[in-house]
Amino acid sequence: MLKFIFNKLLMLIPTLLGITLAAFLFVRLLPGDPVTVLTGERGVSVERKAELMAQLGLDQPLIVQYGYYLKNILSGDFGQSIATHKPVIDEFFSRLPATLELAFAAMLIAVLLGVPAGIIAAIKRGHWPDHVVMGVALTGYSMPIFWWGLLLIILFSTTLGWTPVSGRIDLIKYYFEAETNFMLIDAWRSGQAGAFGSVVHHLILPAVVLSTIPMAVIARQTRSAMLEVLGEDYIRTAYAKGLSPTRVIMVHALRNALITVVTVIGLQVGSLMAGAVLTETIFAWPGIGKWMIEAIARRDYPAVQGGLLFIAVAVMLVNLLVDVLYGWINPRVRDGK
Amino acid sequence: MSTPLEQSHWHITWNYFKTSRGGMIGLAFLVILLLAVIFADFIAPFDPALQNRQALLLPPAWTEAGHLPYLLGTDAVGRDILSRLIYGARYSIFIGCVVVSLSVIIGTLLGVIAGYYQGWVDTVIMRIMDIILAFPSLLLALGMVAVLGPSLINAMYAIALTMLPHFVRLTRANVMGEKNRDYVIASRVAGAGNLRLMFKTILPNCMAPLIVQATLSFSNAILDAAALGFLGMGAQPPTPEWGAMLAEAREFITRAWWVVTFPGLAILLTVLSINLVGDALRDALDPRMRRS
Amino acid sequence: MSLKRTLIATLLLGTLTTFSTSFAADKTFVYCSEGSPSGFNPQFYTDGTTFDAAGQSIYNRLVEFKPGETSISPALAESWEISADGTVYTFKLRKGVKFQTTKNFTPTRDFNADDVVFSFNRQLQKDHPYHKVSNGAYEYFTAMSMPDLLKSVEKVDDLTVRFTLARPEAPMLANLAMDFASILSAEYADAMMKAGTPEVVDNDPVGTGPFQLVAYQKDAMIRYKAHPDYWEGKPKIDNLVYAITPDNAVRWQKLQAGECHLMPFPNQADLEAMRKNPDMQVLEQEGLNIGYFAYNTQKKPFDDVRVRKALNMAINKPAIVEVVYQGAGKVAKNPIPPTMWGYNDAVQDDPYDVEGAKKLLAEAGVKDLKTNIWAMPVQRPYNPNARRMAEMIQADWKAIGVEAEIVTYEWAEYLERSKKGEHDTLLMGWTGDNGDPDNFLATLLGCDAVKDGSNRAFWCNNEFNDLVVKAKTLSSQDERAKLYQQAQEVFKKEAPWATIAHSVVHEVARKNVTGYKQSPFGLHVFKYVDLAE
Repeated sequence: MLKFIFNKLLMLIPTLLGITLAAFLFVRLLPGDPVTVLTGERGVSVERKAELMAQLGLDQPLIVQYGYYLKNILSGDFGQSIATHKPVIDEFFSRLPATLELAFAAMLIAVLLGVPAGIIAAIKRGHWPDHVVMGVALTGYSMPIFWWGLLLIILFSTTLGWTPVSGRIDLIKYYFEAETNFMLIDAWRSGQAGAFGSVVHHLILPAVVLSTIPMAVIARQTRSAMLEVLGEDYIRTAYAKGLSPTRVIMVHALRNALITVVTVIGLQVGSLMAGAVLTETIFAWPGIGKWMIEAIARRDYPAVQGGLLFIAVAVMLVNLLVDVLYGWINPRVRDGK
Repeated sequence: MSTPLEQSHWHITWNYFKTSRGGMIGLAFLVILLLAVIFADFIAPFDPALQNRQALLLPPAWTEAGHLPYLLGTDAVGRDILSRLIYGARYSIFIGCVVVSLSVIIGTLLGVIAGYYQGWVDTVIMRIMDIILAFPSLLLALGMVAVLGPSLINAMYAIALTMLPHFVRLTRANVMGEKNRDYVIASRVAGAGNLRLMFKTILPNCMAPLIVQATLSFSNAILDAAALGFLGMGAQPPTPEWGAMLAEAREFITRAWWVVTFPGLAILLTVLSINLVGDALRDALDPRMRRS
Repeated sequence: MSLKRTLIATLLLGTLTTFSTSFAADKTFVYCSEGSPSGFNPQFYTDGTTFDAAGQSIYNRLVEFKPGETSISPALAESWEISADGTVYTFKLRKGVKFQTTKNFTPTRDFNADDVVFSFNRQLQKDHPYHKVSNGAYEYFTAMSMPDLLKSVEKVDDLTVRFTLARPEAPMLANLAMDFASILSAEYADAMMKAGTPEVVDNDPVGTGPFQLVAYQKDAMIRYKAHPDYWEGKPKIDNLVYAITPDNAVRWQKLQAGECHLMPFPNQADLEAMRKNPDMQVLEQEGLNIGYFAYNTQKKPFDDVRVRKALNMAINKPAIVEVVYQGAGKVAKNPIPPTMWGYNDAVQDDPYDVEGAKKLLAEAGVKDLKTNIWAMPVQRPYNPNARRMAEMIQADWKAIGVEAEIVTYEWAEYLERSKKGEHDTLLMGWTGDNGDPDNFLATLLGCDAVKDGSNRAFWCNNEFNDLVVKAKTLSSQDERAKLYQQAQEVFKKEAPWATIAHSVVHEVARKNVTGYKQSPFGLHVFKYVDLAE
């Protein structure tokens, strides 16, 4: 097992190098420069601009810049955001909890609704529950979520007034020190009555929007995985042995189907990040998706670079984790290769 | 699937496809959309760029304040929304076609090369694909567009790039599976060159999954392009692209629901139809599904 | 997680949401701000968002703009004297002004001359120990030419400071009221330098202002509490919260939901509904800005004044103001806004006259003109939707047979390319810094500005330039005003721009908000705000 993980990690190294180079070049190729964006209509003199560019190290040849970049990364220095003069790593990690909280909530909703829906569809294959589930799932899968989010805001926030419009907590009523930046945890630990509820209340609508596509994918995958498993010999044997259908499905079929589902969940991380960009934009959610969009718009080179790098590495690590988990659940994968 | 493609193969596929109600509904919608795209000049009531300053933010015709000929109402500068949607369909179909063609052609080419030659060529190609895959597609596309400058064409290049790895991986896996089959070896013995083997002998037998993937990519391309348009990094106003229309309409969200609702609905219905067709096509092309 | 446990967790969440009843005894004022501040040291930045969050709430300056006006009033300086040649400014400082006490710092002395000297010399002297701290780039200080202008800032005694200038500069006092001239604590800076953490001064601000920073959660909120020993008296609200809400539709929804008390930059499309809403008050004021449309006067045929005039006459400005500004703008005839002293109200605007425009164009010998209109990609108060404006001008010009293509780039590229003069015509604008006409006329239309690219009409007219340059050296406001009024006449005659509109800046507050005054500079100042019960 350890060897399996080690091999996987080793294979990551060239990809990782490629990613640093990609993130680096990516950002250098952007037209326009941060100094111009920062000064806006006001403009800046040619000498002053040269001075500022030199200060930011942008006057060196590309290869030298990349060398410095790698060296700094290895010593844990990911540069400073040009807009705020703060270390990129701080900017990123202070916003990451907001995105994680949203993503976890969305995944929770997706799994809690998607898996049972998929199971029901599989059991009732060809009957109306199957059609309904698959119809809804395909619609969800086809949903432009930025539009979906706007519609839900119109309905639940503006018209019905059930959910807050944006934000993470009622700022008029509650205040506590942010220790973890996970609002749920901070609110819980603050011990203020109602604070936790307020956070959940603010989290629901964005999480529902973000869960739409993963939920559809999970429902579809659960269904096909279940169908496959239900056709296997050992399930037929189980039935033949006289086990109750519920027990067969819950114990035998579900456990095997979950392997597929775990993989799917892992594969959703990338698209979850993409969804987070849109969801955070619509709900003004203070996470890394929104931060990245703003950084791109501001030409904040180090921020974009660092952000891309962290996100790519995170996606890779999650995929690794899924591989390992998969290997653990299903030993054939591990030993076969 | 080892039998070469024949005319009858498509016939069988079509027969299976016909049994899928969802697939047929999707296909019907797409045919209508396609007709709208082709005959837009005749059926659209207005020029999509025509501004009527006397009819700003007019609600749909069936509401009290609305009236014909503005069936779906007008936008903030008095342009007919229905006409803009019809012309917008052109952009979406165009985006889908260009993106899918680009990524299918380049992806298949790279995939065949990687799968056929293997060795270091394979390693290099696949590592690059891994790197592309490590970035979430929308962020990658956003970044690419930022590099190239926001425009519809650049958005299409960017989206094509994000889809490339899927085609490369799929083709490579299939080519590797087919490569050592008897018919390929027979061809080789008969003196066929590498190029002929790759593209004439092997590739046609890997088409089925590629077709399914291409259909799904088509709908993803439309969605991603709309998302980029919505974020201001895709088609630029006044282009009546659906995502860009939504971005423009966003400020009227509390005042004029129709300018927000219809472009989104158009995206949803189009993407849904394509996915319905894609699902039906996959079932029809997959022999395992047929048997059951 | 077992299904049962999940169920319990879900139920638990459900019940918790229902009993969210707790109320604060303190008065908390929530401002739905439009974006995140870049930081908390106003010396580094140029954006209004940062000034609202730092300069206006945490800090004071020697002189400040009177609430709601562009004129100056004493603040940390009680009085001042200007030498006869206009180069030496001597300030008498206010006594007994207290700095804020934070978790990092407890002041042991009151505000004095050392703080003023520190705040300016940090920006001025390249070898100052604090000059390079936090990668200090003193953009606004540089943009206002302070490094060339300021010869020295010296302490005369504890409560007297002397500024020596290299040349007389009429707008100097107004410059000192700007946010980059905020006064930081020298004692705090020394303490942090000794502790080896000088950058803390910029991240955990200590000022003399009405509010002190409690917490900042990035992109989410900023929280302040009232400074108990504030020299103008403790503010009436106990807590000030900025709920960072970049989307204007969302801000409005939050305001309606009572999730905040005041919002800036409402969506013009919502104004009507806002005015009708009995819980709201809509504040409005003409902004200190100009949205303009510049011709590249160094390109043919725009070098011909007749062509520029003709194109101006073809633009239906009232229609633009109605559609683009949704009425929240005023047609502009001069390059400076009417709220500014020196505004020449006698100037006649070019009439909207399609036939006249056609004739003038024919007279200039221009036929089948094909050109481009550059539209900025960003939203600004002086131009809420440049693309829409460009579309309208395009349609207007079509009526006189001019074909224009709309061109847009992302912001940085737009600025860079237009600085190089790649455009034929472009939409642009300006928001005033210090309320001085020089800040518009010389900055945007002077001959020096052609070289650095901020004169995007590339228009260098000696008659105009001489007037503007001369006005800067005089200290009498009346004399200066006369020169500026002449300059505006020259401008109108030569028409390097079509002056489109001055925005009307709106802010929306809930009915129970009292004591709030709009700033002509577009800043947001909450020190006198209160909430009625």
